[in-house]
Amino acid sequence: MTASYIEVGGPVVPRQSLWRYWRGGLRGSEFAWAVAFVIPYIAVFLAFVIYPVCYGVWMGSQPHLYAEVFSDPIYQKTVVNTLLFVAFGVNLKLFFALLLSGFFMRPGWWVKALLMVFVLPWAVPALPTFISIHWMLNGEWGLLNNLLYILFGIDGPSWLNERWLALGAAVCSHIWKWLPFWTVILLAGRMSIPQEIYDAAKVDGATGLRRFLHVTFPLLANLYLVLTLLATIFLFGDFNTITFVTGGGPANSTHLLATLGIRDAFDLAQPRLGVAAVLSAMPVMIPLVIILMRKLKTAEVQL
Amino acid sequence: MSTTTADTPLATRSASAPAAQAMRRTARRWRYLSNAGAAVISAVLLVWTITPIYNMIMVSLEAEGDVFSDHIWPTPASPASFGIVVTQGYWYLEYFWHQFGNSVYMAAMVTLFTLLIGSLTSFSVGRMRIRNGWLITNAALFTYVIPASFLAIPFYLIMQHYGLNNNLWSVIAALVTFATPYAIFIFLEYGRSIPLELDESARIDGASPIQIYFKIYLPLMAPALVAVGTYALLLAWNEYLYQFLLLSNKESMTVPVALAQFLNSDVAPWNYMMATAIIYALPPVATYYAFRNRMSSGLTMGGVKG
Repeated sequence: MTASYIEVGGPVVPRQSLWRYWRGGLRGSEFAWAVAFVIPYIAVFLAFVIYPVCYGVWMGSQPHLYAEVFSDPIYQKTVVNTLLFVAFGVNLKLFFALLLSGFFMRPGWWVKALLMVFVLPWAVPALPTFISIHWMLNGEWGLLNNLLYILFGIDGPSWLNERWLALGAAVCSHIWKWLPFWTVILLAGRMSIPQEIYDAAKVDGATGLRRFLHVTFPLLANLYLVLTLLATIFLFGDFNTITFVTGGGPANSTHLLATLGIRDAFDLAQPRLGVAAVLSAMPVMIPLVIILMRKLKTAEVQL
Repeated sequence: MSTTTADTPLATRSASAPAAQAMRRTARRWRYLSNAGAAVISAVLLVWTITPIYNMIMVSLEAEGDVFSDHIWPTPASPASFGIVVTQGYWYLEYFWHQFGNSVYMAAMVTLFTLLIGSLTSFSVGRMRIRNGWLITNAALFTYVIPASFLAIPFYLIMQHYGLNNNLWSVIAALVTFATPYAIFIFLEYGRSIPLELDESARIDGASPIQIYFKIYLPLMAPALVAVGTYALLLAWNEYLYQFLLLSNKESMTVPVALAQFLNSDVAPWNYMMATAIIYALPPVATYYAFRNRMSSGLTMGGVKG
């Protein structure tokens, strides 16, 4: 393309103007300063993102690793767990966040006070609360079963000793921890909708559910989609919930990809296998990341 | 729908007095109903939110040995376990304050470097308009969307290769890497509200870029710096995986790693563990509530990496 451009008679790009092109509008020493200012970030990016990514891809480049990973029954369970986690964890979390953000738009001091309490799970570090949930779900001495016994006289099950109950507990803990965060983002999204639009809708007779379906949701739809993608990607990397609530148990049946990778790499001392387990998510991750990067660039609601 | 929209105002206006009264009554009933609904939702939310935190406090107040019982409030509530933690009076806790210091140091360094690298980058890209700055924003976006835990294994091996195991700086490097993208976004976004003419006029007066950065850019960016600083601090305080992989001896460990070791040992006294957890949770909660308003204004622009 460049060649044909020159043939037509356009100016051949000389060295000096290529230099000028790179400098942009900056004069003299300013360009040097501008470069000096971005060098720390470029160094961090190359050393701690690109290098590990390339190293990881190199580690996981042997095809036989994947045969080994895919034939592992624990891996197969992990895939099912991940799908369930996305289906329930991500969607319920965002759906409740959407509804609750509407609830927190209500006027009144006590709604604001409730919001202050409601964000607590997000403000408290993950680890202490997940350990607390782990103990709370203990079949014999946990708060939950004690409560069930005192209130209803039922002996609750031993929550973390059965795969589906444990997985359900992990999904609930995940929702508990992250619901406030997404609610606050959606609340900010709702607050950025100008009041005039609602006034106009009111004149047209749209109230209650109809206002939500025809006014609020269309305006929030793009944000909601971006958040769903982001929450899905973050979920693939979720390590703390599983590690501390179920510990991957019973019998390694509640792992997610991140915890499985770490288990393979460190408990089984097979780092390549761990990397391969994590990399097996790439066919799903890469399209998600590409869509998300495009959406984030064009999104009107900045995230 | 269009018919009702046209009819409603007319109908209201021409309605007779009793009809209007009936309407007002339905409106009032509707309001009661919605308030009752709101009260129910609030109660459910409150119980849902508080239970695990309540459990944490309850267990920490148990007297020794009472953890394995079936009450839902310790009858003689005793703060003794807090005393044990604070005085390091149990063999698992002998390095508690040292480890707490490690956590504080690490979080402070992560905050400092995130602010420094983020603001320098955003100054160059957003204010000096370095050519091809989009490459840098894309790199940041790319880092933002990769789950940190996916890079943990190669990162660990690289750090081991360089002999940086048990060195807090390896953790600081990892966390700065994952916190800076968010910082860059927020700074670029916030910087758009500061007129470029300020920089221009300083330039004409002969100020060098570094002077503009220190004397104009940083002071005007103060609110964004606070928001991002809080974010980086909380991120470092919340993080577990990298600290767990990279720090393994008792002296270089941070509190979360020690807490997890506590959990995995069979003899763990739960009341001490929960007391440790509460003490560890207090600084971020205090920071969060102190800077809550700044944080949520930043949130319209960005998210916290989970």
